[in-house]
Amino acid sequence: MTSAFIYDHVRTPRGKGRPDGALHEITPTRLAAQTLAALRDRSRLDTALVGDVILGCVTPVGDQGANLPRMAALVAGYDQGVPGQQINRFCGSGLEAVNAAAAQVIAGQAEVMVAGGVESMSRVQMFSDGGACYTDPDVTWNTHYVPQGIGADLIATMDGYTRDMLDAYAVESQRRAAHAWEQGWFDRSVVPVRDVIGDVICARDEHVRPGCSMADLAKLKPAFVATGDAGYDAVMISRYPRIETINHVHTGGNSSGIVDGAAAMLVGSAGFGRDSGLRPRARVRGWMSAGSEPSIMLTGPGPLAHRLLARCGMTPKDIDLWEINEAFAAVAMRFMRDMDVGPECVNVNGGAIAMGHPLGATGTMLVGTVLDELERRNLNTALITLCAAAGMATATIIERV
Amino acid sequence: MNTLKLEVDADGIALVTIDLPGRPMNVLATELIADLGLMLDEVVARVDVRGVVICSGKSNGFIAGGDLKELVEAHDRGWTPQRGVECVWELSSLFRRLETCGKPVAAAMNGLALGGGLELALACHYRVLADDPKAVVGLPEVTIGLLPGAGGTQRLSRLIGIEKALPLILGGDHVKPAVAAKLGIVHALAPLADVVATARRWLLESPDPVQPWDKKGFRVPGGAGCLAPQASQSFMLGTAGVRGRYLDNYPAPKAILSAVFEGTQLPIDRGLAVEAKYFGRLLVDPVARNIMRTTFINRTAANKLVRRPAAVPKSAVRRLGILGAGTMGGGIAYCAASAGIDVVLLDATQENADRGKDYSRRILAKDLERGRTTADKMDALLARIHPVTRYEALDGCDLVIEAVFEDRAIKAGVTAKAEAVIAPDAIFASNTSTLMIGTLAEKSSRPANFIGMHFFSPVDKMPLVEVIVGKQTSDTALARALDLVGQLRKTPIVVNDGPAFYTTRVFCTYVDEGLQMLADGVEPALIENAARNAGMPIGPLAVLDETTQELRWKVILQAQADGLPVQFTHPAGREVLRALVEDHKRLGRRQGGGLYEYPAGAKKHLWPGIAAAFPAGADQPDVEDLKKRLLYVQALEAARCYEQGIVTEAADADLGSVLGVGYPTWTGGTLSFIDTVGIRPFVDECRRLAARWGARFEPSPWLVARAERGERFYPLPA
Repeated sequence: MTSAFIYDHVRTPRGKGRPDGALHEITPTRLAAQTLAALRDRSRLDTALVGDVILGCVTPVGDQGANLPRMAALVAGYDQGVPGQQINRFCGSGLEAVNAAAAQVIAGQAEVMVAGGVESMSRVQMFSDGGACYTDPDVTWNTHYVPQGIGADLIATMDGYTRDMLDAYAVESQRRAAHAWEQGWFDRSVVPVRDVIGDVICARDEHVRPGCSMADLAKLKPAFVATGDAGYDAVMISRYPRIETINHVHTGGNSSGIVDGAAAMLVGSAGFGRDSGLRPRARVRGWMSAGSEPSIMLTGPGPLAHRLLARCGMTPKDIDLWEINEAFAAVAMRFMRDMDVGPECVNVNGGAIAMGHPLGATGTMLVGTVLDELERRNLNTALITLCAAAGMATATIIERV
Repeated sequence: MNTLKLEVDADGIALVTIDLPGRPMNVLATELIADLGLMLDEVVARVDVRGVVICSGKSNGFIAGGDLKELVEAHDRGWTPQRGVECVWELSSLFRRLETCGKPVAAAMNGLALGGGLELALACHYRVLADDPKAVVGLPEVTIGLLPGAGGTQRLSRLIGIEKALPLILGGDHVKPAVAAKLGIVHALAPLADVVATARRWLLESPDPVQPWDKKGFRVPGGAGCLAPQASQSFMLGTAGVRGRYLDNYPAPKAILSAVFEGTQLPIDRGLAVEAKYFGRLLVDPVARNIMRTTFINRTAANKLVRRPAAVPKSAVRRLGILGAGTMGGGIAYCAASAGIDVVLLDATQENADRGKDYSRRILAKDLERGRTTADKMDALLARIHPVTRYEALDGCDLVIEAVFEDRAIKAGVTAKAEAVIAPDAIFASNTSTLMIGTLAEKSSRPANFIGMHFFSPVDKMPLVEVIVGKQTSDTALARALDLVGQLRKTPIVVNDGPAFYTTRVFCTYVDEGLQMLADGVEPALIENAARNAGMPIGPLAVLDETTQELRWKVILQAQADGLPVQFTHPAGREVLRALVEDHKRLGRRQGGGLYEYPAGAKKHLWPGIAAAFPAGADQPDVEDLKKRLLYVQALEAARCYEQGIVTEAADADLGSVLGVGYPTWTGGTLSFIDTVGIRPFVDECRRLAARWGARFEPSPWLVARAERGERFYPLPA
């Protein structure tokens, strides 16, 4: 069977997802287009060869609506013969894009694909696409919809993660991200974003807070108390009746940051590499997406990773580095517990708590980040996974070649 | 047209006066609906009619709503949702025809317009409401398990916007005139005498026969659907709010949310059709039947003293004696004084008696602060309560209630002292919750005048009084006790004498089952949440803390001393209770803590010692099974009481359980629950529970025989 290989990847720095964020003035199409252009230029890619541009985007309305990937490819100057499609598996979108691209290559239906994702959270607000998922009473009732933060707090309650434990996790994420930036470990893959007159408007992740301490985080108020009091705690407890009360321990400081950003990845066959003179960096060894209990929403990654490993004939011991999206600190901590792995090999350069989580792009970013780190450490395998809304998760295993 | 009158004046204004013969209030009975249709045909056909005013011929309001006596039978008649839709569509399509008839129609509301009454008004092109505090408008259908199915959800949402309409419909709120005008539910307020004139003036000066939602380019104020700015507030948080409160036992709030969400995205005609479909689903659901029958029909009948012996002349208590000025005595005193009754509140010391009066003072001070009473009214009420220590002060009392400690000797003492003073025909009532009236009456010199009146705590909030008829209690005593309940504006049930009567027996099975679950190794949070998921307002462990472990234990010891059957002396969970009281000294909330701890200034939480005292099993049972245990054990006890003749009417059993014990309203009460499950499946399930959890779930031969006959507690409608 043909294999799918990763040849290159780029990401933008992540700007604060607010009106004062550096990337706020950059339209999401331009944001995505700049990564597509960078990917092309770095590999001297003949874009006419590209089978498709698949980008994840979680709030595909307004600026991000109406098939942004096709527009981004055209704006980036890709050959007009390259189509584009937008996919949405909520937070797993950017990873699902990589998997979908790999699938076409493995199936022999394309020689090279561009996968990636984009989210300009400062311009297109989370949930602004409405969605039956959140607002249709019949749907929310039947799926026991409860906002994610309550699910994260419930995980912390069930697993016994205290506020201090979560904050300690967050401080370490910040420390690792700041350290990696300092050491220049992100430099080779982060492409600065330029404004309309060509000036660099953002070159570094804005959300990272180097030197952030436990005392700093302790000042933050729990984020989901009012949401819980609005009725969601009662709804959740009726579904998890062994819980007396939900401890609201997640804050803006130990949850993923709201940011703008985009990423792109070049996925192709061995033949494409040979013909283009490019060296494959990693093989996409396997992937899987699955549903889990939709109300708590965030517990999918562990069980999914076990299933994926089993299907690939692997065990957790065969994985050198892990990337779990830091949607909330409890999600990463639950994942480490599920996999029985320690923090020394998980999110080694920090995660979304420090750098932010541009919803549709994060999955691609995680693959790229861990691939760079595998190479830096000269290790071989990594498993990347994200929990996704409505009780889903996506996971991918890569191995260097 | 029997139910309305149609008069056309020289200006071409048709005045339609609705006045249902033989009914105290106007309701949308079948006959009125038919007449409204005929009226509409006529005003449309007549060229001399240029506009219509609809008003009420009853001085007590416009239209009070639908006719529940018709609606309550839908489930029992085996109606399909389609049949339910047909039922409401007759009215809904009539209203639609009214608002599109081409002639302007104005509603002149002289008073309250609720449910179908407001829906009729909303289908008019203009609404004027009397500026009178009693002239409330609203869509209270949710409170009886339904939704406003004749356009209420659609028109109110289109009129004032979803964000304002939805909370009113979900809450079933009664809206006062000023608020109704401010929200835009009515166009104008007018003095009562001018409502018709105001409506007429609109018809003559600026009539418009087209509803806003029938005008081109209409948009729902504030938008509709997923992308409306108010969607997350209305539908996301709206759903969280009602679900957090009702959990999953009440289908009406969910149906209302869906009818509004889905219907407002459609043209009005399609929206009305969607609303009717959701209504049809609710109407044929047993939950609506249960809520309507118990909380409306049966409760109204009980409030009208349906169980009162008719031969005894009507009486009223003018002076009420209360022995014991504790929480119960103080509470009864407040209710009686509120009803205009003079109260002699007696206790052993003046200090205690005064403290009993303070109970009223505290409530009134709060009411005063919130503007619910005036200083004059407060003083007048307090002046009616006379705290005393001497029994002579009871002279002239028509009725005396003892609310002293649950101790036979103490009760006997106060009975004798009171009877020495009060008139020979005065009634003596005991507010005991457990002790048999017959045995207490043995200490009375006039056992025929001796009766049980079991009030619930807090008396000012709890609507139920369980009236217990002893073997020797006379019809006169029963009638006069019920007359007092009527004066107090509470809901009575009438039961026969026996250990712990009816409600206490049901209540005890609930808390005892909770204790037994601890003995079974069930985690305490799971017990409490199972109860809440079932619809109980408070978990068995939490409520036991309130009534106290100490009292429950004393009741068991008393039962032993009284030589009562093993059911009373060795209830489920007895060993857990004993250990709590004797080993762990967890006596109850008042005594410093029970199964919960009560940290000062913080929320109560489960006592951490439970884990060591009653270790949880490794495998926890399914919450559905626990819910069943808690609901079934109470229903079974009610059936036993029925079998033993303690309760003789299913309505009393249901009302007692819902109003006195907190048995969930969606069930209709303990015996309605059995009918809802179906008596055969109920008995089968009891046997399964008995095999798994103990013989207390074993159905009696009487119940089994009843099940075999398929005999319901409420016969099906003829």
